[in-house]
Amino acid sequence: MTDALLSVRNLRVEFPTRRGVLTAIDDVSFDIMPGEVLGVVGESGAGKSLTGAAIIGLLEPPGRIAGGEILLKGERIDNLGVEPMRRIRGKRIGMVFQDPLTSLNPLYTVAQQLIETIRTHADISEGEARKKAIALLDRVGIPAAARRIDDYPHHFSGGMRQRVVIALALCAEPELVIADEPTTALDVSVQSQIIDLIKEICAERGAAVMLITHDMGVIAETADRVAVLYAGRIAEIGPVRQVITAPEHPYTAGLMGSIPTLTQTDARLVQIPGAMPRLNAIPQGCAFNPRCEKAFDRCFKERPTPVVRNADGRKVACWLYDAIDTAAKEQANG
Amino acid sequence: MLAYIIRRILQSVLVMLVVALVSFALFRFVGDPINSMVGQETSIADRDALRDQLGLNDPFLSQFATFVTRAAQGDFGISYRLQQPVMELILSRLPATLELALVSGVLAFVFGVGFGVYTALRRNGWASNTIMTVSLIGVSLPTFLIGVLLIWVFAVELQWLPSFGRGETVEIGGWTTGFLTPTGRASLILPAITLGLYQMTLIMRLVRAEMLEVLRTDYIKFARARGLSNRAVNFGHALKNTMVPVITITGLQLGSIIAFAIITETVFQWPGVGALFINSVRFVDVPVMAAYLMMIALVFVIINLIVDLLYYAVDPRLRVDRAATRH
Amino acid sequence: MNRFARMWDSDIAWSFRNSPVAIVAAVIALTIVLGAVFAPWIAPYDPFNSASLNLMDGFTPPGEPNQFTGNTYLMGTDNQGRDIFSTILYGARISLFVGFSAVVFALVLGIGLGLLAGWRGGWVDSLIMRIADVQLSFPSILIALLIFGVARGFIPPSMREEVAIWVLIVSIGLSDWVQYARVVRGAAMVEKSKEYVQAARVIGVHPARIVLRHILPNVMGPVLVIATIGLALAIIAEATLSFLGVGVPPTQPSLGTLIRIGQQYLFSGEWWILLFPSIALLLLALSVNLLGDWLRDALNPRLR
Repeated sequence: MTDALLSVRNLRVEFPTRRGVLTAIDDVSFDIMPGEVLGVVGESGAGKSLTGAAIIGLLEPPGRIAGGEILLKGERIDNLGVEPMRRIRGKRIGMVFQDPLTSLNPLYTVAQQLIETIRTHADISEGEARKKAIALLDRVGIPAAARRIDDYPHHFSGGMRQRVVIALALCAEPELVIADEPTTALDVSVQSQIIDLIKEICAERGAAVMLITHDMGVIAETADRVAVLYAGRIAEIGPVRQVITAPEHPYTAGLMGSIPTLTQTDARLVQIPGAMPRLNAIPQGCAFNPRCEKAFDRCFKERPTPVVRNADGRKVACWLYDAIDTAAKEQANG
Repeated sequence: MLAYIIRRILQSVLVMLVVALVSFALFRFVGDPINSMVGQETSIADRDALRDQLGLNDPFLSQFATFVTRAAQGDFGISYRLQQPVMELILSRLPATLELALVSGVLAFVFGVGFGVYTALRRNGWASNTIMTVSLIGVSLPTFLIGVLLIWVFAVELQWLPSFGRGETVEIGGWTTGFLTPTGRASLILPAITLGLYQMTLIMRLVRAEMLEVLRTDYIKFARARGLSNRAVNFGHALKNTMVPVITITGLQLGSIIAFAIITETVFQWPGVGALFINSVRFVDVPVMAAYLMMIALVFVIINLIVDLLYYAVDPRLRVDRAATRH
Repeated sequence: MNRFARMWDSDIAWSFRNSPVAIVAAVIALTIVLGAVFAPWIAPYDPFNSASLNLMDGFTPPGEPNQFTGNTYLMGTDNQGRDIFSTILYGARISLFVGFSAVVFALVLGIGLGLLAGWRGGWVDSLIMRIADVQLSFPSILIALLIFGVARGFIPPSMREEVAIWVLIVSIGLSDWVQYARVVRGAAMVEKSKEYVQAARVIGVHPARIVLRHILPNVMGPVLVIATIGLALAIIAEATLSFLGVGVPPTQPSLGTLIRIGQQYLFSGEWWILLFPSIALLLLALSVNLLGDWLRDALNPRLR
């Protein structure tokens, strides 16, 4: 998969604390192809947002990338200096944050924030930038954009503000947009509009999307592929249809069990017994073993490595499948 | 907007009335004004006559009304100690205090904001740590001690700068200024540093704390995620948002500078209002105390008012000229 | 785990063990406090016993023998031949006494009024908080000066010297109650609205019990921080007032008084009369301030 837009290879993110180093992301690998929508799901604390922050180079100290590589079109970006990385942010990778109410600087008008961002990445005049900004606001669905552009963020409602945030994330035409729980803070009534907007507008511009959410319903409707994160590790990754209709990892299966129907988008992940372990208490072996009905000896001793399941790039980190594979191979051989 | 200003002004008037009441109570009930005004040999009859003449036997409210009316006209009576009209005394000493306060205030603000921003951005650099440590010493050093130590080093040991008084002054239209003569300017340096240092450390620590708070916000993260330059993020976005609360507190510090001038003026024998006040406390010179209290209160109220209006100008969220939220 | 082990393992203790600044500050503060408390036993001379003073010993430089008497003093002597080291110990005693008493006064007043305001609400609350607002907009040293000046006006001149120290404590305490009141009021209002408090009130639990069991423990942390920093402020306020000549009477010199005396001999070259009391005051105020700072950070890790 050398033509991937973004490649994350064995990413490891650590937080040194007074009681030792916590590993928040442990050996996570995935690819995002150009124009693709990759959904990243998991419970809070699974490391979804940290993965996004690591990619865009905005991990908050003392958090740090302790291992692995992040490649954008084959070039490493995880070890870039401050200035080259800054030029990638916004220009090549855009980001949409969770809470539109706090994402915009309250002291500047929407126009000021848009024009500043556009002109940071493109050498154009203020007038041109403004025209571009108005067109973009219009595209993201702000009525009377030419007039509203000079309003301050507090003049807009939450849904409208998230549209402004999307415009800001897209205004330098990035190849990848990381949307970190873009609808969690919004009214249910506007959530699907915002998701549709992100999907449409990125498709239009050929931008890939990494959609971080805890809402499996949103993933089902939006994503091409999905990565399921559990305790900082990838449990399962693959085409969204396959993962949803035939989940293989017991955790994913549990997640699916919590969605009554695929069209009902507001289902939450609640029906797996127990809770995700804290970072300082991840069990030996498979992190999911305390909650897993199918766990056996090996799950408590060895950490499962992702097993490739088919040619569509579906992988599952579960010993069950290793065992099945081995048995199948033995059968074939014998 | 207008309603807001009117409400604020009404509040200010209320505060002034309360302070006036305290001043009046001070004036009227601390010691016996008659005893302070006349000699031992005055007869009881004469004293009663004087009491009547001064209106001291009138009902409380009418006395208070008289006091407020007079105060509004700048009439605070005669100093017990100096036997001069209080207002005259204060006015003759006001320029010295205001010039000192102005220079210290500017020093404190410029260096306070500068150091505060620097230490917030370079959180763990050695220069930041040094500045923070020194600032803590600055906060712990009482103002008078800073003054005394500065005198010791720069006036006694090095003999570079004068240690007391204002030097030569020039009078321009009833205002005596020390800005225009070399000795006047030299005399201003040590007192201004003394008075400004403490305020500077306060402003610095405030700016630092606010800036760190702002740097943690989502909109700063989002600004960084959009690839804005560090300069734009730190100064365009973070600093502007930091200044909103800083303005309020810095403005209030300006009032403290005038109050703290009491100490600096005593240390440097600076002929200002503060030194006048401290002597009035020492000798229980009530009219001067009352007048000083009113004056300081007025300064504080005016500064508060200006700060509020400034706040209003900086933060668009407070403006109500447009509909609060449009959908 | 026994109580000591639990304390040793607590976050506060951990943060203390790992903060060299806090440890150094605590050692300095403790040294000065112990020196002050045990001054009568530690001090080599009794500076207030005029019988033991020899004017010939005056102005002895530190560590050098006096040219007339041959006596040597660690930190020299002042104009009256008093041993500076001893006067500092006794001076710190007075500074600390005034500082602690003022903080306790402010604490009791602030907590009382804060509880009253938060618990009763209504006009009591508005009245107390309005007074607090107005007072807070003036620097506390100015408030203390004013209260001190007014109090002196009421006290007959013959008694002024005698009660000066108590007037000083009350003035400084009155100038510094607002912060305690604000914190306690906030906590009281939050707790009051909680269901268990309403339930407790319904079944007739005495309000004092609710206050003691639930509100005060919640505000212990912030109050401790305010009180520590308040102690540094009170010590500085006392020193300032005494330096200005309106604080403690000359017969009971505090560190501020000693500095005031020292300043007079600066130009004639007897620098030690000024320097040592200044260092003592600085160390005291700085170490208490540092402890307060550390405590605030330790109780509120987010602010780091």
